[in-house]
Amino acid sequence: MSELTELGIAAIRDGVAKGDFTATEVAGAFNAAVAEANPALNAFIVTTPDHALAAAAKVDAARSSGQPLGKLAGVPIGMKDLFATEGVQTTAASHILEGFIPPYESTVSQKLWDAGAGMLGKLNLDQFAMGSSNETSAFGNVISPWRATGDTAARAPGGSSGGSSSAVAARIAAAATGTDTGGSIRQPAAFTGISGIKPTYGRCSRWGIVAFASSLDQAGPMARDVTDCAIMLEAMAGFDPKDSTSLDLPVPQWSTNLSDDLKGLKVGIPREYRLDGLNADVAKSWDDGIAWLKDAGAQVVDISLPHTRYALPTYYIIAPAEASSNLARYDGVRYGLRELPEGAGLQDMYAATRAAGFGPEVKRRILIGTYVLSAGFYDAYYTQAQKVRTLIARDFENAFKEVDVILTPTAPTSAFALGEKTSDPLEMYLNDVFSVPASLAGLPAMSVPAGLDGAGLPLGLHLIGRPFDEQGVLNAGLAIERRAGFAAKPAKWW
Amino acid sequence: MTYRIQGATGEWEVVIGLEVHAQISTLSKLFSGAATAFGAEPNTQVSLVDAAMPGMLPVPNRECIRQAVRTGLAIGAVINKWSRFDRKNYFYADLPQGYQISQLYHPLVGEGAIEIVPDDKHPDVTKVIGVERIHVEQDAGKLMHDQHPTMSYVDLNRSGVALMEIVSRPDMRSPAEAGAYLAKLRTILRYVGSCDGNMDQGSMRADVNVSVRRPGEELGTRTETKNVNSVRFVMATVEHEANRQVDVLESGGKIVQETRLFDPDTGTTRSMRSKEDAHDYRYFPDPDLLPLELDDAFVEECRASLPELPDTKRHRYETALGLSPYNAGVLTADADTARWFERLLTDSATRQGKSESDVARAASNWLTSELFGALNKLGKTLGDSPVRPEAGAELLALIGDGTISGSIAKQVLEKMLETGDSPGVIVEREGLKQTSDTGAIEAAVDAVLAANADKVAQYRGGKEALFGFFVGQTMKAMQGKGNPQLVNQVLKTKLG
Repeated sequence: MSELTELGIAAIRDGVAKGDFTATEVAGAFNAAVAEANPALNAFIVTTPDHALAAAAKVDAARSSGQPLGKLAGVPIGMKDLFATEGVQTTAASHILEGFIPPYESTVSQKLWDAGAGMLGKLNLDQFAMGSSNETSAFGNVISPWRATGDTAARAPGGSSGGSSSAVAARIAAAATGTDTGGSIRQPAAFTGISGIKPTYGRCSRWGIVAFASSLDQAGPMARDVTDCAIMLEAMAGFDPKDSTSLDLPVPQWSTNLSDDLKGLKVGIPREYRLDGLNADVAKSWDDGIAWLKDAGAQVVDISLPHTRYALPTYYIIAPAEASSNLARYDGVRYGLRELPEGAGLQDMYAATRAAGFGPEVKRRILIGTYVLSAGFYDAYYTQAQKVRTLIARDFENAFKEVDVILTPTAPTSAFALGEKTSDPLEMYLNDVFSVPASLAGLPAMSVPAGLDGAGLPLGLHLIGRPFDEQGVLNAGLAIERRAGFAAKPAKWW
Repeated sequence: MTYRIQGATGEWEVVIGLEVHAQISTLSKLFSGAATAFGAEPNTQVSLVDAAMPGMLPVPNRECIRQAVRTGLAIGAVINKWSRFDRKNYFYADLPQGYQISQLYHPLVGEGAIEIVPDDKHPDVTKVIGVERIHVEQDAGKLMHDQHPTMSYVDLNRSGVALMEIVSRPDMRSPAEAGAYLAKLRTILRYVGSCDGNMDQGSMRADVNVSVRRPGEELGTRTETKNVNSVRFVMATVEHEANRQVDVLESGGKIVQETRLFDPDTGTTRSMRSKEDAHDYRYFPDPDLLPLELDDAFVEECRASLPELPDTKRHRYETALGLSPYNAGVLTADADTARWFERLLTDSATRQGKSESDVARAASNWLTSELFGALNKLGKTLGDSPVRPEAGAELLALIGDGTISGSIAKQVLEKMLETGDSPGVIVEREGLKQTSDTGAIEAAVDAVLAANADKVAQYRGGKEALFGFFVGQTMKAMQGKGNPQLVNQVLKTKLG
């Protein structure tokens, strides 16, 4: 049944509904693929084959008794281990939460189960979603299924949703959830030749998602193609009274309204994104993207986003500031790791627990965040960063008076080898240079595969839309997908 | 009546500001649905949000906001239609999130004022104390150090409970003013219903900021004494702290800006931590919460829902009901007392077929002197009084229509408190009705005069002060039931 794992969301859902195969067969095939691949890829922190099978059995029973089936009926997915799952260990890939089993289910994961999806397991990620290569996990690196031509070096699957991208690209999950704070859905999608969308901030409830930076965190789907992303996002999105920042808007039927006819559409190309020394393959794929969108009927317009150059520093003030506060709750008092050295008092317990529980990148960001919020530095850093954030959002507002969607590369390079950038955090942070501005402005943005670079590794194109206009982003993404004809898959080496 | 500390080197003026934390009376917490009842078993009123489980998010409780706005309106304060929550970051075991959600930069309520009567003996001398702001914030949990030999336990029942922090201007100048301010604030909160004001249960507590200076000079360095939990203790804190500061300054020392603790056993304060050890709270806007935006309709609903407030009520009691300033002050000092009195008033007026203003003075005098005195002896308050306003009104009607005399009424009240029976039943059963039967009165007077012939002679010889003696003897003979006016008349006639 290995061919079942070649199927994405729409194909599985339709096949199950038509009776071409059962949901249980699909779950079994994916469970087997996970069991085979995970020792090599380390995409899952824990696997939950019984969860997938139980969900499938429910779908099969519903089908045989003629009940209506959900949007994701019979689709086995991976759940990023940042989403709290009731009764299943939830760690944020941190030692500090190792063994933590939530007595509650996140809103987004519950919506997915309600739509008929099943869970193959909890996906590895950068610790607390902080990272761009999935090398900060306390549970080991995730390996990309992709290798460069003639090279067996392990490649980064991107991050922080690296388990998600690796699993979807390796065809061991039909789709996966991701979360995106500064690019954590889009960059891994680009690195692994899959699609992923970060919706408008507030579309998906943050309730039950381990917080990294509250004003930026957004959940979204990572899947084989644009249509699957649209279907899955419909199931994930929706107003949640338990999240004060949740958007109280109806969820559009993005998948049924998909169209790659872009006649009348204006696409902006921001000149500030043409970085000096931009990778030639990346530049070429950007030009390809422009040509494909023109071919789909769009008009291409040169635009300016003047504050782009300040986006990365702004992000690396705001996100750590929020994180330093959000992560204060991991203190060894109520749940998770507690380190209590002999004779330790409360402060010693905090210090020992957090020293042992957090990895180096998490500690670095807590320190940065604590620093920028400190008395005497707050105005120079945090207040200033908030002002610049407003200017960046205004850049986009102005641009969207002229254009409907913006096209950029997703990441400055294709997937680098593991270990290549771990010694220099700043170089690692540069990976987010194209994705961070849309995060700061809360805009919907997606990455779609555009082709392979000279090394045979995938490149992604990045589409940014107006607030709430996921449809515009998805449609432009579909136009690229149809014209790029990206069919490459990683060769199975595991 | 300026309060001054007489130091060895001259006079000192005390400057006081209070930050009062008042628990908002709501069924659930500020950002979660958990209950807030006092005295529940530890950790039985804790939601996932209150325990700061991973991924949990705060959602503001509309009723908490509403009560804080009503409180602001009750002190004539500016309501900020745009406010925002900030995080105050620090680590402590009773603070699960590692931060308190509060409002530093943009509080919900701005400038207001509270009028106080610093001295009860001069109820018409008032002073206005400025209120700088009221903001809304979360309470922390509670550590329990007596449960285990080497460990402390944490009770999160209070974690996330809504507090109002009501910050005064440094406008108070004496312990009495500080006490009066706190008492008046509590009165207002209870009228509004936004806080139960039970300081012994921790529903209300004050951080007391004190400094001293030479009269008219610049403000001195202040100290802040934390969590003082009664009006008396606040006054003691000011008294002790001001004198301590004067001693320090006069012996050539300097006041250190620090946090202090009040010890109720010794009536003194001691240092808790100095400014150098102060936390850097790293306040910043809580990114889990949107700014709080209020519309006019919401604020107007809050305003319309306010009851008559103590100052207005007091003024009305004095002008429309003709009560003395003292009685008006006593009856309005507490919302429950005022409610009791108004019920008594309405019932009295109805029973006696008179207007409220006609019966108000008798009712207020009876309540403040007779009932309060009797309850006081029994160690009871109006709240647990066995005599209800309806029964009080019946008693007042019995006095009003001459059925019983004022002195008999005292006896009847005692029986009412003892038995809970209605005054009518008691008067009937005990045969306490006043007699206006002139025959019986004349007989009693005759007997008294006959038995005291010597005193009658003295009286007639000019010692008129003896008249009261004859009245007393006659009333005694009649077991107090003789109509006093008739007794007087008959005596006057018979004594010639």
